[in-house]
Amino acid sequence: MSVIYMLLTISICVAVVFFFVFILSVKSGQYDDAYTPSVRMLFEDELVTPKENKTTNDKIELNK
Amino acid sequence: MDTTNCYHCGDPCEKEHLVFDDKNFCCNGCKTVYEIFSTNNLAYYYEIQESAGATPKATTNKFNFLDNEEIATKLLEFNEEGVQVAQFLIPHIHCSSCIWVLENLNKLNSGITTAQVDFPKKKVRITFKSNQITLKELALLLARIGYEPNISLEDYQKKTDKKDHSLLYKLGLAGFAFGNVMLLSFPEYFEVGEFWLEQYKHTFRWLMFAFSIPVVLYAAKDYFISAYKGIRSKLLNIDVPIALGILVLFLRSTVDIIMDWGSGFFDSLTGLVFFLLLGRYFQQKTYAYLSFERDYKSYFPIAVTRLSASDQEENIEIHQVKKGDRLLIRNEEILPVDAILIKGKAQIDYSFVTGESEAVLKQSGDRLFAGGKQIGAVIEIEATKSVSQSYLTQLWSNAVFNTNKASNFQTLTDAIGKRFTLAVLTIATLATAFWLWQDPTKALNVFTAVLIIACPCAIALAAPFTLGNLIRIFGKKGFYLKDTNTIERLAKIDTLVFDKTGTLTTHKETEITYHGMPLNDEEAALLKNTLRGSNHPLSRSLYDLLATYDIKTLDSFREDTGKGVTATYNNNTIKLGSASYTDGRNPESSETAVHINYNARHKGKYLFKNAYRKGIEKLFTSLHSKYKLVILSGDNDGEREILEKKFPFKLPMFFNQKPQDKLRYIEQCQKSAHVLMIGDGLNDAGALAQSDVGIAISDDINVFSPACDAILSAEKLNALPSFLGLSKKSIQIIKLSFVLSLCYNLIGLSFAVTGRLEPVIAAILMPLSSISIVVFTTVATNFISRKL
Repeated sequence: MSVIYMLLTISICVAVVFFFVFILSVKSGQYDDAYTPSVRMLFEDELVTPKENKTTNDKIELNK
Repeated sequence: MDTTNCYHCGDPCEKEHLVFDDKNFCCNGCKTVYEIFSTNNLAYYYEIQESAGATPKATTNKFNFLDNEEIATKLLEFNEEGVQVAQFLIPHIHCSSCIWVLENLNKLNSGITTAQVDFPKKKVRITFKSNQITLKELALLLARIGYEPNISLEDYQKKTDKKDHSLLYKLGLAGFAFGNVMLLSFPEYFEVGEFWLEQYKHTFRWLMFAFSIPVVLYAAKDYFISAYKGIRSKLLNIDVPIALGILVLFLRSTVDIIMDWGSGFFDSLTGLVFFLLLGRYFQQKTYAYLSFERDYKSYFPIAVTRLSASDQEENIEIHQVKKGDRLLIRNEEILPVDAILIKGKAQIDYSFVTGESEAVLKQSGDRLFAGGKQIGAVIEIEATKSVSQSYLTQLWSNAVFNTNKASNFQTLTDAIGKRFTLAVLTIATLATAFWLWQDPTKALNVFTAVLIIACPCAIALAAPFTLGNLIRIFGKKGFYLKDTNTIERLAKIDTLVFDKTGTLTTHKETEITYHGMPLNDEEAALLKNTLRGSNHPLSRSLYDLLATYDIKTLDSFREDTGKGVTATYNNNTIKLGSASYTDGRNPESSETAVHINYNARHKGKYLFKNAYRKGIEKLFTSLHSKYKLVILSGDNDGEREILEKKFPFKLPMFFNQKPQDKLRYIEQCQKSAHVLMIGDGLNDAGALAQSDVGIAISDDINVFSPACDAILSAEKLNALPSFLGLSKKSIQIIKLSFVLSLCYNLIGLSFAVTGRLEPVIAAILMPLSSISIVVFTTVATNFISRKL
């Protein structure tokens, strides 16, 4: 019957871990700016394509 | 006329139309930025958002003060082993293209390691290698691509303020405890007397107790502190019954589980604290990129160029400027002190101070006032006062700038809180007395039950959610409020005081009228052709206004910078310019005019006036029926007649008001009224601070506006009556919510006074009342503002 104690301990430990992670994320400033990351996230993909298409041209210009 | 728009900034290409790379550009600046971007593989900038750019301004000397090591170091956030981190405020940041290009700055200069944009604050934090690029070069690079950073005295003096995350921690903690306690309390609600539950319920109860301790001690801390402060200053604010409720909930629950009387009310307790903090969080809506606390410091430069005795230039911080120092002021620089002009032609734009955008001409020996911006050539001035003692900056020594309007104002919630607390305490005492007489064993139960169920959670939530939602709605419509308290104060307003220049009039348009003898065709043609050659802003706008004539080659043309132009054609001589230039007379008052002298005869003058904003008459007529209106102007009374014609009803108007006069007038009014001040320039700053609510009108909300309670975007001025009306309606909504939550309280109390309050009833009733209040206020505020 002590299994319920074990389950309780595990469930609370998991909850505490998540709570701790939340505290860490607030501390590191994740909640300071909730807007910019949402825009930034969309850039990456589109950035890669134009680069790959004209790598040769770009290199010449960058080396100027 | 060409209707194509600039590929870079989106402005119509008019005067200077350039075509480069098959794209249209309005000026060389924009074209250069495009070249920089396209050669560095940053042309994607134009794909994210069309015409996102800004025309770069010529600013070669502007950041010279960053050469001063001491100043530069103070602006850096981090500086070690060749790596430096600096944060810049860039007002132009406005779209995703901006984020993208700024975060790819390392492509423009290899010295830049990373750049990260904080969009809501309009700031960019740049990490760079100091041996490859200096702070000044970095600022210049940003300026060159149209993202000119704004470096002001404010940033410089600001101590790195630590962000306050405590509310988020508390909210997280309360939510965490609430969730877990709910899980632990549910079994006992549904499985009463079940065998296994009987075995383990004590474990569950003590676990709930453990979860509740940090909630009471940490998350609900502010309510206890506020209640204590309230009682000490003999004020029964709304936090008194809340703190009492939390305390009683906790104690009663603890006693319940110790004595094994029941499972306690831990779920209601943690839920209550969680909902209350949620309301607080919602109310905290702020516009991070707008500053409501600005004083002269944000307008003034950090450093100026001082000339030493041997004419050596050096950059010094402005608070080091002493009386008698000789300073060099360049184009677009702001005068930091009151001074006397020594050398050069000063053309001072006082628009920051007065809202008047037409530059004033000064000659050597004239007095200049702090806050003006030099336009044109370099001038040399001698400081007559130190920075803090100058005419304008003295205003900030007034005590109004240190008072907090919000703390002196009793909110509706607090006003209700007082009566509510008294009522709850009376009911609790009466009910306890009754049960002491009937059945003393139940007396304590009833007493605590009343305090628990009457805990005004819903009342405390009504105002934050109503006003918080309204602030968001207002923000979307161009009316930015500093805090929710402002709406409550706005609802009480009965007197509106307007500044004239820059508030009722606009900087963007000028009205040009001709006074004098009519010009014949020959004269008009000569006038037009003469104006064609002049580059003075007044000539340009006059040129655009006049009818077109054939282009003639003038026999002679001479422009005296800052004075006027002389031209001859077919032996006819025309002189245009200031009155002193054309006729040798002193100019009348402070009007802006171009005088015309044709063959040594004064023909007349073109008067330039700031045009009144559109719809001003309608606005005043609709406001007039509900509010007392006053106009306070810093200008002379030249406009009185025009204003009287515009507003046929009697309207008190005061002219020649100095900043201090405006402040005192508002103070006078406040003895019998609640005053709303609407102004724009720094000269209104005192009045804005003194008034019950100070609204700054701004043509571009990203540009500076003086310290105030709210910023109203200029094109929304005509919506002012609806904003005021909605503030009043929101108060009605709050009152309705109070009634609603009182109904819940009555139901709860009927359980409590009869001694039948079970934890499960409290657990249902308390969240239900909170949630229904939140839903009601949100729906109601959206409903009343649907037409805005």
